[in-house]
Amino acid sequence: MLRSLCATSSDKEFTIDLYQKMLRYRLFEERVNLAYTKQKFSGFCHLHIGQEAVCAGIGACLTKDDYVIASYRSHTQALNKGISPEQVFAELFGKASGCSAGKGGSMHMFSREHRFMGGHGIVGSQVPIATGIAFAIRYRQEKLVAICYLGDGAMNQGQIYEAFNMASLWKLPVIFVIENNQYGMGTDYHRVTSVSEFTSRAPGFNLPWRVIDGMNVLTVYQEFLPIITEVRAKMLPYLVEMKTYRYLGHSVSDPATYRSKEELSHYRQNDPLSQMADYLKGKGFAREDEFEQWDNDIRAEINAAEVRAEAAAAPDEASVDEHVFVD
Amino acid sequence: MSIKTFREALNEAMAEEMARDNSVFLMGEEVAQYDGAYKVSKGLLAKFGAERVIDTPISEAGFAGLGVGAAMAGLRPIIEMMTWNFAIQAFDQIINHAAKMCYMSGGQFNIPLVFRGPNGAAHMLGAQHSQNLDPLLVNVPGLKIVSVSTPADGKGLLKSAIRDNNPVIFFESEMMYGMKGEVPDGEYLIPLGVADIKRPGTEVTLLTWGKITHLALRAANQLANDENIDVEVIDLRSLVPLDEALIYASVRKTHRVVIVEENWPYASVGSHLAERIQWHCFDDLDAPIAKISQRAVPIPYADNLEHAALPQVEQVIAAVKAVCYR
Ligand SMILES: Cc1ncc(C[n+]2csc(CCOP(=O)(O)OP(=O)(O)O)c2C)c(N)n1
Ligand SMILES: [Mg+2]
Repeated sequence: MLRSLCATSSDKEFTIDLYQKMLRYRLFEERVNLAYTKQKFSGFCHLHIGQEAVCAGIGACLTKDDYVIASYRSHTQALNKGISPEQVFAELFGKASGCSAGKGGSMHMFSREHRFMGGHGIVGSQVPIATGIAFAIRYRQEKLVAICYLGDGAMNQGQIYEAFNMASLWKLPVIFVIENNQYGMGTDYHRVTSVSEFTSRAPGFNLPWRVIDGMNVLTVYQEFLPIITEVRAKMLPYLVEMKTYRYLGHSVSDPATYRSKEELSHYRQNDPLSQMADYLKGKGFAREDEFEQWDNDIRAEINAAEVRAEAAAAPDEASVDEHVFVD
Repeated sequence: MSIKTFREALNEAMAEEMARDNSVFLMGEEVAQYDGAYKVSKGLLAKFGAERVIDTPISEAGFAGLGVGAAMAGLRPIIEMMTWNFAIQAFDQIINHAAKMCYMSGGQFNIPLVFRGPNGAAHMLGAQHSQNLDPLLVNVPGLKIVSVSTPADGKGLLKSAIRDNNPVIFFESEMMYGMKGEVPDGEYLIPLGVADIKRPGTEVTLLTWGKITHLALRAANQLANDENIDVEVIDLRSLVPLDEALIYASVRKTHRVVIVEENWPYASVGSHLAERIQWHCFDDLDAPIAKISQRAVPIPYADNLEHAALPQVEQVIAAVKAVCYR
C-alpha cells in the first residue's frame, strides 16, 4: 500500500473521484444501451459495463498529454481521456457535433485535443499504431506514454507480435493493456488460445509484464502507477493483462447465451462499483445518502447530455465529401 | 420449390456439399458453437462435428493461409470471413498465394477453396465495416468471383463454388441473410459464369450484381410504372468468369446501358464492363454508358451522410432517363 494514494489530493477526494468516474461510465453505458434499444441510433454498439475499473484506474495514472488508443469498445475510454458525454452521445447519434463529426460512430471516437487516438474497428489493428505513437514520443524525446487497449481476442492477431517486437527492439514507451474480459464475441479465449496465460508471450519479446485484477479500481491504480512511472522514466514497452469481465453481450444485439448465469453472477459479486463503495464506506469517506446523491446527480448530467446531443444538428450533407484529404 | 431465407439456402449448400464430400470442411470465427456471427452455419457443428466445423481465433491471415495449405494437400476448405472487411488481414494469403499457386507451380497445385462472407455496406457500421471489395479482388488473375442476390442463386452458386477446383471468392451481404425467396428442391447447381436476367426488358440494359440488384429492380419497376421505360435488369452473379455473351446480346437489343454498382467509382467493376461494352458493341450504342457507383469517400457513419454516399433509387432512375435522352 502506498502511504498516500495520490500526490495531489487527499485519499478521500481521490477515491471518491475514482468511484464517481466508474459510476459515470456505468450510467453512461446504461443510457447508451437504452438509446440503442429505443433505436435512437444504429450500427454496432459495444459497451464497457463491468470493465469500468480498468480505464478509471489507468486514467488516474495518465497526464493530459499521454496518448490513448483503443478498439471499437471505447466509449468510456473516450470519456476518461476528456471527451464530453455530450460529444460521445452526439457521435453515436451521428451528429455534426459528435467527436468525429458524425463520420465515425460508436466504434470510431477520436479527439486530437484530448489525445484520444481512436476507437478502431479491426481487431488488433490499433496495436501497431500505438507503437508508432510511441515511436514519435521517443523520436521527440518526450516524457510521455502511449496506452494501447486491446482485447483477449486481439491477442491472436498476428500483427500485434510484429508490433511487440519493434516496440521492444526500439525501446518505445507504449503500454499494451489487454482488457481480458474472457470472451471475443461468443468465444471463450481458452478455446482458441494454445497457452492461455497471455503474459507468457512477453518474455519472447523481452517485454516486462504484469497481470492485474481489473475488477478493483484501487488495485488497478496502485499496480499500474509504478509501471507507467517506469515506462515514462526509462522509455520501454510493457505488457499488462487486466483480468476483467463484460456483463452484457459482445454488442447490444448479442444475448450472450454462451456463458453460464453462475459465471456472470460470480463477477457481479466482485463488481468494481460495489467493491469501491464498500471501501468508501469502510473508510468512512462516504455515507449511504451520498451515494444516492451522486447517482442522481450523474444521471441528471448524462441525461441532459443525451438530450442536447439528440437535439443537435445532423451533419450538413455536403460534408460527405470533406475529410477524404486535407489541403 | 420452397421458400427459404438466404442464410438457410447457404447453409443447405454447405451441408449438402459436406455430406457429399468428406474433404469439405468449414472454418472461421464463430462458425461452430455460435452458429456463425450471422447464423449462416447454424447446426453444422452438430451435424458434422468439431473436426469439420472449426472455430478459429481472430487470426484471418493465419486461417486463410491454413486453408491454402490444406487445399494444396487435397482438402476443400470453406473459409468464412466474418465480413470481407476483416479478410483484408488475409489479403496476402488470398492474393499472393491462393490466386497464384496453380499458375506459379505450372498447374501442379490448384487451390479448391471458397472464401465466403458478407461484403459491402449494411447500415451505419462506419468506414471500416462497410466496404465493398469486388474491384480489389476482380483485379487479381486466378480468383473466381461470385456475388449473389437471391437465396436460390446463393445455394446454386455456393454448391458450384465448393465443387470448383479453383479459389472462389463468394460475396454475400448481412442485409440479405434474412431475405426470403423460392429455392428449388433437391440437388440444385448454377454454373459459375452465367448471368441471370432478373427482369426482362427491351429499352435499357441495367447491369448489376449482389445486394444492390434489389435496388436496381425497384428502380426498374418504378420506371415501368411512372415513365413507361422497359428496363432489362441483368444480375451478373459471377464477376469472374463474366458472362459477356449475355451482356452483349442484351445491349444489341436495347442499345442503352446503365451500370449500377456498390463499388467506389475509380477503376471499378463497372469501369471494366463499360470498357468491354464500348469495344464489342460500339455501333450498337445509342447513348454513352452510364455508371452509378457509391461516392468516392470512406463510407460515413451518420445516417444522412451514409445515404448520400451510397447509390439510391433516384440516381438510377435519373441515369436511365438520361441514356434515353428523357
Ligand atoms: C480483424 C477482425 N476480425 C474480426 C472482427 C469481428 N470482431 C469484432 S470484435 C471481435 C471480438 C474481439 O474480442 P476481444 O479482442 O476480446 O475484444 P472485446 O470485444 O472483448 O472487447 C470480433 C471477432 C473484427 N472487427 N476485426
Ligand atoms: Mg474480450
